[in-house]
This record gives sequence, structure tokens and C-alpha cells, in this order.
Amino acid sequence: MNAVAASAPLLEVDDLGKSFTLRRTAWDGLRGRAAPVLRAVNGVSFAVERGRTLGIVGESGCGKSTLARCLVRLLEPDNGSVRFEGVDVLRLEGAERRAFNRRVQMVFQDPYGSLNPRLSVGDCLSEALVVHDLARGPAVARRVEELLDLVHLPRDAADRYPHEFSGGQRQRIGIARALAVEPSLIIADEPVSALDVSVQAQIVNLFLELQERLGLALVFITHDLRLVRHVSHDLAVMYLGRVLETGPTERIFSAPRHPYTQALLAAAPQMTPRRRSRDEAVRGELPSPVAPPPGCAFHPRCPIAQPICRERVPALEPRGGDWPVACHLAGSGAS
Amino acid sequence: MSARLTEPVLRVDNLGVRFDTPRGAVNAVSGVSLTVGAGEVLGLVGESGSGKSVTLRALMRLLRRNATASGRVIWRGEDLLAAPERRLREVRGREIAMIFQEPMTALNPVLTIAQQIDESLVAHRNLDERARRARAVELLDLVGIPSASVRLDNYPHEFSGGMRQRAMIAIALAAEPSLLLADEPTTALDVTIQDQILKLLLGLVADLGMAMILVTHDLGVVAETCDRVCVMYAGRVVESGPVSAVFASPRHAYTHALLRSMPSGEAARQPLTPIQGQPPRLDRPIVGCAFAPRCAFVMDACRAATPPLMLVGEGREAACLAADRLAALETVA
Ligand SMILES: Nc1ncnc2c1ncn2[C@@H]1O[C@H](COP(=O)(O)OP(=O)(O)OP(=O)(O)O)[C@@H](O)[C@H]1O
Ligand SMILES: Nc1ncnc2c1ncn2[C@@H]1O[C@H](COP(=O)(O)OP(=O)(O)OP(=O)(O)O)[C@@H](O)[C@H]1O
Ligand code: SF4
Ligand SMILES: [Mg+2]
Ligand SMILES: [Mg+2]
Repeated sequence: MNAVAASAPLLEVDDLGKSFTLRRTAWDGLRGRAAPVLRAVNGVSFAVERGRTLGIVGESGCGKSTLARCLVRLLEPDNGSVRFEGVDVLRLEGAERRAFNRRVQMVFQDPYGSLNPRLSVGDCLSEALVVHDLARGPAVARRVEELLDLVHLPRDAADRYPHEFSGGQRQRIGIARALAVEPSLIIADEPVSALDVSVQAQIVNLFLELQERLGLALVFITHDLRLVRHVSHDLAVMYLGRVLETGPTERIFSAPRHPYTQALLAAAPQMTPRRRSRDEAVRGELPSPVAPPPGCAFHPRCPIAQPICRERVPALEPRGGDWPVACHLAGSGAS
Repeated sequence: MSARLTEPVLRVDNLGVRFDTPRGAVNAVSGVSLTVGAGEVLGLVGESGSGKSVTLRALMRLLRRNATASGRVIWRGEDLLAAPERRLREVRGREIAMIFQEPMTALNPVLTIAQQIDESLVAHRNLDERARRARAVELLDLVGIPSASVRLDNYPHEFSGGMRQRAMIAIALAAEPSLLLADEPTTALDVTIQDQILKLLLGLVADLGMAMILVTHDLGVVAETCDRVCVMYAGRVVESGPVSAVFASPRHAYTHALLRSMPSGEAARQPLTPIQGQPPRLDRPIVGCAFAPRCAFVMDACRAATPPLMLVGEGREAACLAADRLAALETVA
């Protein structure tokens, strides 16, 4: 490891962008219009430090999964850079790319769809070990047992098939498979959303424990604000493909700076019964990602918007505070 | 709250639902009793598969053919389970409306949203065509669908998931029902949109005196919108009472465990307290308390016979032999 690598954050994302070209409708064709372009991820920058958890929150369709897929190169970003230990991963090829793919693993939302139903749990785990040449012969079976222990599954799980397990158990299998190749970073896209509340806690605990024991870094994507507050050190709040605010989780929860973050936290139901209010945290519909509002994408719903908000896209900058926020009026006393 | 002063509009007595399947009988709902009054919101919570949706559907007799319902569902003095089908068609959608868990299966794919709202307006209100169209626009607007007058002529598949959910709500509200049965009405929606819809429903409860049964798995939603809550486990109501009392000091070990399994917002990055194990199968006889195998408070007596619901406080019931220990526990903490 060279000097740059040692001091750089584990993962550093700069100005990442990913668009999808949608199908041209007959109407678009008649009018001579180009196929509409959807900017799913737009100028996203953040960093993940070793052994820490970055939570990514945002409403449905804001680009969280697209971002996650770009990070592991399941999707190729259009622009920007992703640096892992200081190395630009978007340029990696061949053996280097495979090595990166091993170090950064992904855990998906759907514990049902993400496992091969025809492979026994043992085969599924050993496949990963053999492909990356991490174990041979009898060592494979030993490592499989070790992995099952790590995620608190019984050792005889190795001979059984995914459909024989509950949702929470299947998610453990998915995590064991990710861990098989000894990654430094796990990107978990809604890893507990499909699970019952009582089971979610088991998986959350598993992530916390593994992070402690293995020094893993974690990107934890969720729309559950209580959960993200519980698990993450740092937070990035996304809206329509952009990061609007990013900083230490606890500080953002106690004093959100972006009006959208403020609305999001106000709208999230609290566990303590409180006096019913009929005031909505924020009005208006989520805008279409194909034709996002000009300027600050949040301006049509923003309670403090000014003319400049309709005209210029606010950059993600500290603006007189301790962490960056993409709002023209942040730090001006208006919010 | 005012709820206790009003007579319940709906009283469910000892409701049971059994499904006959090739693998044997499934007792999805057993001995469920509950009431809801005008202007009151009753929350129904419980693990996936605990019988919440089946309970709601049973009230309106909308169960599949392999189901047998028993008990009584008293609606304005009349037992809906015994009423003729003709009478039920009058009740459904007019007096009692339902928002289903999966909006796509409940919306008719070959009718526009306008036609579906109109069906419910024609059936239940004396309005001419122009007035109905205006009312439909108003309703779509009310549930927060932008450019309502244009979107009215769309088909369900042209709406996003969240918009379908709102369209369902608009259709349900068209008849100004006295009771709304809402099965996870906001689960598919984003938090800020969920907040808008819940505020809208609460407004109707307050302004029209509508009664509502709200099924949700989000205890935060219960805390913020419901007056009373029924907690279900394995097809039974195991605890009920005012939300604030139940959340502050649960008297059933399952409710206690459920509340403790959620992040509190205080002890960040500390291990949570999960409920180990799984709920029991409903196609086998359950002896004793159904929660016993997973319960931290279990005693021998719990396994012997099903604990009955007992009064555990003002307007509160719980079916747990550890109710007293739970009560003591909470006052210490
Ligand atoms: N392959 C694709 N082709 C076209 N559009 C896409 C594609 N994948 C994603 N999108 C669009 O990109 C946007 C971002 O999608 P993405 O799945 O990243 O959102 P998300 O934040 O993960 O949402 P959710 O919380 O619902 O999972 C959405 O508008 C989505 O419809
Ligand atoms: N038609 C049917 N035939 C057989 N069993 C059924 C049928 N419908 C429902 N069940 C069973 O009844 C039980 C209760 O189901 P129900 O849909 O009411 O659960 P729920 O509490 O609404 O769960 P969720 O939170 O997942 O929506 C489940 O075990 C389910 O498998
Ligand atoms: S009755 Fe017994 S087993 Fe059931 S929840 Fe209470 S203490 Fe636990
Ligand atoms: Mg996603
Ligand atoms: Mg249900």
C-alpha cells in the first residue's frame, strides 16, 4: 500500500453521474424529439472511511440503488470517479477488476431473488471461495462452517436449499456469501426492508457485530430513518439523483440543515405517541425524474424557496456550517 | 378522548376464520373481538401472517371461497356475517369502504380512474353527471394527485404505485363512508407522501366523524395516528388498549418484545433486541400461548392452556400470564 492509499478514505466518490435513456414514445418520434433521458444519479460525491458506516437515505426512485450498482460496477457510470484505497476503480480491468470485485461486496434487498435456488447453501458459499481461489480441498468445507457460524446459522444449513429458510435466514445466507470473499466494504441495498420488524433487528445486529469483529466498512441504503439513525456514523440524504446534505448522522438528526432533510425528518413517524397535528411536513408530489424542476430540484415543495432557487442548482458546500448542504439559503438564517 | 363517549359503530364478537386447504385447515383468525367508534382510529398491528388482512376482509365478507367465518360482526345493530348478500352490497363501498393492501389487484385495470370513482358516486350519491365529474376531480386533488382533471382519464397502469394507492383512497372516500378499513394504506409510499395521506385521513376522521381501522406494521404510524391499538399474534388479539398506555407499558410479552426490537433513536449502534424464532404454523393445533416458544417471560402455565384476555387497566386487555410482571418492570424502568 502506498502513502496515498493509506491516507485516502476507503471509498471516495466524486461527481458521479448515471443516466438512462428511456424508450422514445411514438409521440416523441412524431415531434422529432430525442428519447427522454433520466438522470438517475447526478453529481454525487461522498466518502466512506474504513470501519465506518455511511447511511444513504432518500425517497423511492431518488437513485439509491443505481448509485449502489455504480459503486460495484454492476452499472457503468457515465461520468465522475470512484476511488477505492485511492485507486480509480472505473479504469480497472482483468485481474485488478476481479480483485476489486472481491473487496467490495453487495447485499441486496430481496433475500429470495438474490440466491440461486438450485445451489445448496454450502455450494453457494464454496463457489465464491473457489472462484476467487480463497480456499482449496478440505479448507473449503472448514471455511463454509466458519461463515455459517459468523452469521449465526446452524452448520447443517450447508446441505439445505434457500427455499427451506425464512426471509431473515436467507438474508443471513446472502451476507455469508458476501463475507466469503473477505471484503473490506459491503454495500447493503435495503437489506432488511423485506423482513418483518422483529426479524430486522437480528440482521441489524449481525451487521453491527460483523463490523466490530472484521473492521468492515458499510454503505447502508434504506428508506427507514429510525434504522439509518441507529446504524450509521455518517449520512447522505438524496433527492432526485443528488446528495442534498451529508455529514455526521447524529448531528444531522438533531439539526438538519437542508429544508428537504428537515421535512423528511418531520414526516417520519415517531415512536412516542404525540399530539396529532394536521400540518403536513411538506406539500406536493415527488417530481418526475425525467423532467426534474430547474434550479434546486426541491424548490416546488420547499417552504422557503426564493427566486434564485428556481434558477441555479445549489452546489453541495459547507455554507458556513460543519458539513456540506446543497441549499442556496443554508447558513443565511432563512431556514 | 371523545371516542369513549360514543357508542361503537362496529362491534366484532369472537370472529373466527378458517381456510380449508389441500394440506388441512388453517385457523387464520380465532376469537377476535374489537370495537370502533365514530371519530375513532383503531390500529391493528402484528407480525406478517398474524391475520390482520383476513380480519378486515372478513368484516366485509370479502374472503376467498375456501374460507369459513364464524362469530358476529355487528354494524349498526345488524350482523353482517348473517346478512343477505344484497344487503352487503349496499354496505360495501357506501357505509363501509376498504383500502386494500395491494392497490393493483383492487383497481379494475380496464376502467379509467374517473369511471371507478364515478361507479362509487353513482351508487351512493344523488349527483348529476357534471357534479360527479367535479366531485371526482376534487377527490383526486384531495389525495394529492397533481393535474387531477387530466389524470382522471388515465387507466390504473398509467399511474405509479403511490398514485394507485391514492386513487384507491379517492375511490374509497367517494361515498363518504362511516367506516374506513385501511389495510397498509401508506406502506408503498414515501415518508413525506405517507405523512400527507395520513393527515388527510385524520382530517376526515375529525371533520366527518368517520371511524377507521388502520392496519400497519409501522408502530410509528400507530403512535401518531391511532387512538387505540389491537396487537395480533397468530390470529388472535393478544393486547388492546389506548395507544399511549400500551406503548408506555405493554402488558403482553409479545407487545413488549415488539416495541423493544425497534431502534429507539437513543442508543445508536447498540445491539437491538430481536424476537428470536418464528411465529407458529396456523395449520397445526396451538396448545397454550402461541408466543410461548419465543417468549422471555414464559412459565409452565403458559404452555398448558391459551391465556384468556383479561382486564389489565382502564380500557386495556391482555392475554398474557406475565402481565403483572410486565407492569412492574415498566414502572421500575
Ligand atoms: N435500467 C433502468 N432504465 C431506466 N430507468 C431506470 C433504470 N433503473 C433505474 N431507473 C430509474 O432511475 C431512477 C432511480 O432508480 P433507483 O432504483 O436507483 O431508485 P432507488 O432510490 O433505489 O428507489 P427505491 O427506494 O424505490 O429502491 C428511477 O426513476 C428509476 O425509475
Ligand atoms: N386463501 C387462503 N388460504 C389459506 N390460507 C390463507 C388464505 N388467506 C390467508 N391465509 C393465511 O392466513 C394467515 C393470515 O394472513 P393475513 O393475510 O391476514 O396476514 P397479515 O397479518 O395481513 O400479514 P401481512 O402483514 O403480511 O399482510 C396467513 O398465515 C395466511 O397464510
Ligand atoms: S402468556 Fe406467557 S408465553 Fe405468552 S406472552 Fe405472556 S408470558 Fe409469554
Ligand atoms: Mg432501490
Ligand atoms: Mg396483510
